[in-house]
Amino acid sequence: MKVKVISRSAEEFTRERSQDLQKVFRNYDPKLRTHEKAVEYTRALTAAKLEKIFARPFIGAMDGHIDAVSCMAKNPNHLKGIFSGSMDGDIRLWDIATSIRLWKVPLLKMMDSSESDENYSKPLAVYVWKHAFWAVDHQWDGPLFATAGSQVDIWDHNRSEPINTFEWGKDTVISVRFNPGEPDVLATSASDRSITLYDLRMSSPVRKLIMRTKTNAICWNPMEPMNFTAANEDCSCYSYDTRKLDEAKVVHKDHVSAVMDIDYSPTGREFVTGSYDRTVRIFPYNGDHSREIYHTKRMQRVFCVRYSCDGSYLISGSDDTNLRLWKAKSSEQMGVLLPRERKKQEYLDAVKERYKHLPEVKRIVRHRHLPKPIYKAATLRRTMIEAENKRDQKRKAHSAPGSMPVQPFRKRRIIKEE
Amino acid sequence: MSLTGRPAFSSWVKPKPNSSERRRLPPTFGEQLPSAGEPTALSSTHEIMDKDRLVTAVEQEMSDELNLKTRKYLRGDGANLETLRDKKLKGQLAVREKLYGQSAKAAAKAEKWLMPTEEGYLEPEGLEKTWMVKQESIIREVDVISSRKPFDMILPELGPYNLEYASSGRYMLVGGRKGHLAMMDMMSMDLIKEFQVRETVRDVVFLHNEQFFAVAQKKYPYIYNRHGTEIHCLVEHGAPLKLQFLDKHFLLASVNKFAQLHYQDVSTGVIVANYRTGLGRTDIMRVNPYNAVIGLGHAGGKVTMWKPTSVKPLVTMLCHHGPVTAVAFHSGGQLMATAGMDRKIKLWDLRKFGVLNTYSGHAQTMDFSQKGLLAIGNGSQVQVWRDSGNQEYEKYMSHAMVKGYQVGKVSFRPYEDVLGIGHSMGISSILIPGSGEPNFDTWVANPYETTKQRREKEVHALLDKLQPETIMLEPSKIGTVRPPRRKERSTKKEIEEEMETAVEAAKSITFKKKTKGRNKPSKRAAKKEEEVFKAKRLFLEQQQMNNDRPLKKQRIVEAELPKALQRFSRKKAS
Repeated sequence: MKVKVISRSAEEFTRERSQDLQKVFRNYDPKLRTHEKAVEYTRALTAAKLEKIFARPFIGAMDGHIDAVSCMAKNPNHLKGIFSGSMDGDIRLWDIATSIRLWKVPLLKMMDSSESDENYSKPLAVYVWKHAFWAVDHQWDGPLFATAGSQVDIWDHNRSEPINTFEWGKDTVISVRFNPGEPDVLATSASDRSITLYDLRMSSPVRKLIMRTKTNAICWNPMEPMNFTAANEDCSCYSYDTRKLDEAKVVHKDHVSAVMDIDYSPTGREFVTGSYDRTVRIFPYNGDHSREIYHTKRMQRVFCVRYSCDGSYLISGSDDTNLRLWKAKSSEQMGVLLPRERKKQEYLDAVKERYKHLPEVKRIVRHRHLPKPIYKAATLRRTMIEAENKRDQKRKAHSAPGSMPVQPFRKRRIIKEE
Repeated sequence: MSLTGRPAFSSWVKPKPNSSERRRLPPTFGEQLPSAGEPTALSSTHEIMDKDRLVTAVEQEMSDELNLKTRKYLRGDGANLETLRDKKLKGQLAVREKLYGQSAKAAAKAEKWLMPTEEGYLEPEGLEKTWMVKQESIIREVDVISSRKPFDMILPELGPYNLEYASSGRYMLVGGRKGHLAMMDMMSMDLIKEFQVRETVRDVVFLHNEQFFAVAQKKYPYIYNRHGTEIHCLVEHGAPLKLQFLDKHFLLASVNKFAQLHYQDVSTGVIVANYRTGLGRTDIMRVNPYNAVIGLGHAGGKVTMWKPTSVKPLVTMLCHHGPVTAVAFHSGGQLMATAGMDRKIKLWDLRKFGVLNTYSGHAQTMDFSQKGLLAIGNGSQVQVWRDSGNQEYEKYMSHAMVKGYQVGKVSFRPYEDVLGIGHSMGISSILIPGSGEPNFDTWVANPYETTKQRREKEVHALLDKLQPETIMLEPSKIGTVRPPRRKERSTKKEIEEEMETAVEAAKSITFKKKTKGRNKPSKRAAKKEEEVFKAKRLFLEQQQMNNDRPLKKQRIVEAELPKALQRFSRKKAS
């Protein structure tokens, strides 16, 4: 008879020297693992709670301006610096890592010859034109830049006059942005509630889209350059595909007051918006509700936001003269992570993702503390919108079928497309 | 704690009954053959064709084997994506299903090539049968390490012995009826601690590791340290007859003299539940390792299954015509073996709760091994049965002990081919080739655990401790979508309660006081009464509707009765 019994020799299963690593043996048989789903669920719940414990998004504030911060600019080639301009004409360059102001441009009135020269910078070139400028943006890949005011002017560095001018309608153009993928395409928004697209190679503006309310800012998606998102006065952001402007791709609704500024993350997967309601929200590029909201008692009306070029931080400039630095993922551990730490985080994220629909996990993951005025304003808005919807439904139900056409929400805010 | 979610409209997917594993499995190994058949310049095409076919046959066999193994790791059928209309979701789920297939394939390959140990077997030659083989002949054939594993410890004075192995298979706990307790390290055959408690000991069980164990003594269960120090005396449990430990939940379950079932969390010390079983004193208690449900066998032939969060048992099965003498659960969670005084041993399917097979015989104790072998102890004989395919068990091995020894408990040692027998004269252990799982997983149970590893494992086990609410008959239901429940007609009492709450709400409405002389108290009272009546009206209408319907039914029924029986219909008021 042939007989064999399990026999293990200790040398094969234990380490030889104390300097060696311990030996690990794996058997992936599901029979050895009972209660897999329950364990995963427990881990998801614990991970959700830990995420909330470690959620500390605010890093610091950069203090220095003496009036509200109205605009910011970032150099895509330099990670650490950000330029900010305030409403009294003060321009500063900040070093984000150390939150030191690197230099500032003096106010034209306060040019004091006794001040040391290294703190002040002299402009390389000055361009003067016939009307006030409302916005400026530089081409991503080229020598041109565009200014917006009563019309859109295209300038070259070396010329003191614009090389081209675009005009469609008589209203002020309030914001302008160049397309990151297509260097000759730019989008502007005007105070006649329109969004206009231009191509520098053509002599006239290409497309115009008129909405019900004014768009305060536009940003192109750096990873999908045919899409752009417009931050609108009616508390929502509208994402459009330039190839099909008759309806919005996504409507991002969560703010309770006008959205002032918008910027995309370099990954193209989410964008940050700053609003008049004193909050900064992060939206996924294809999601209609925000994934995160940041607010502080001291932060007043947010006028400008920028996403840092490494996708980990956001900077918001607000009415209270401060620039604030926030983390994009509020519970992320910054700095270099060990491979084991990183794997553990990835596992926890995956397991939370898998069980996020279950009520207990969902409640914890979704929970955000809102300041009372915003909570009340949001409730009020919701009630108003629901009432309007109910009224429309009743009207439709009591009218002849087909006499009241239903307009899809993504088209509803667009008046005309030209 | 709700462990199932509300149905989200687009993610409600009904799994197809037929296997849709092909969706998950990438093309089988056979189809991915390297082009071995490309003719070289030197060989003739005929030879190449034969070689090609030969290679293909071998490869095909291997690929079939691997496919079979992969099926095990897939954990069920894939989702049926054809019914989905949401294209984005469909794409995302298709990617996920593909990933499952890949990981199952990788696990199957790892099982085929990377396992360090082979499982045991016993192959008789010629006319020999496996159950005729004696332990001595096995010990002679087997290697030195294994020949030291079977032993006989004769301890005649201290009563029938209970024994229990730790989940890693390395440590063994021995408890004699007259109070003799001992813990041994089976790998080095070392006695770790031996002491006498001078009280009746009915059962011993390890807690989450070998550092702690619980002993069912005469009046209460006690928890001891590995050094023999008494740590806790669990007074709430009463006089325990049997103890079982639920590993992942850190729950110690006990059934006592008065047929009460107690669950206590040993990490926090909280008594989670205590229930009166109501079916009389019993000492047959077993935990189902698959779903952590406690099965109790009662004197009336019933087997009940309990979970800590419900007062009534989950399942009550009438298994035998007489008292149940032993219960054992298969580690896969599908089989249960019960033995009764009616000289029957039955195998039950736990999905359908029906009998699979009935065999004739007595059993004082039963245990399933990791590989599905069933050990049955009866009198002074121990039989081991093996599944010969399709849940049909047949005799595999048999071991007869000295006539006077009465087998009290049989327990397979995890990850070894050893069966431990606790009997009236001590403990024995015998070799049963093919009973243990040869390859352990370090993160699940490690017989070669160091102190550091044990401590880490304890911390991780505590972090992943499952709540008692997660115990259910089908543990794979966690995270699935709950089917929408149709609302039943609420009982009369409930309707009354609802009416009362509505009336209270109506009464508590405050009205705006009118000015300019319109605020008369009579008018105010009338308005309040009107509100209350409005709230009541809804319920009164409902009641009337309910009252109307049965009358109509009865009248129809009366008309249908034949004339001879009409005097038995409901008497009309004269």
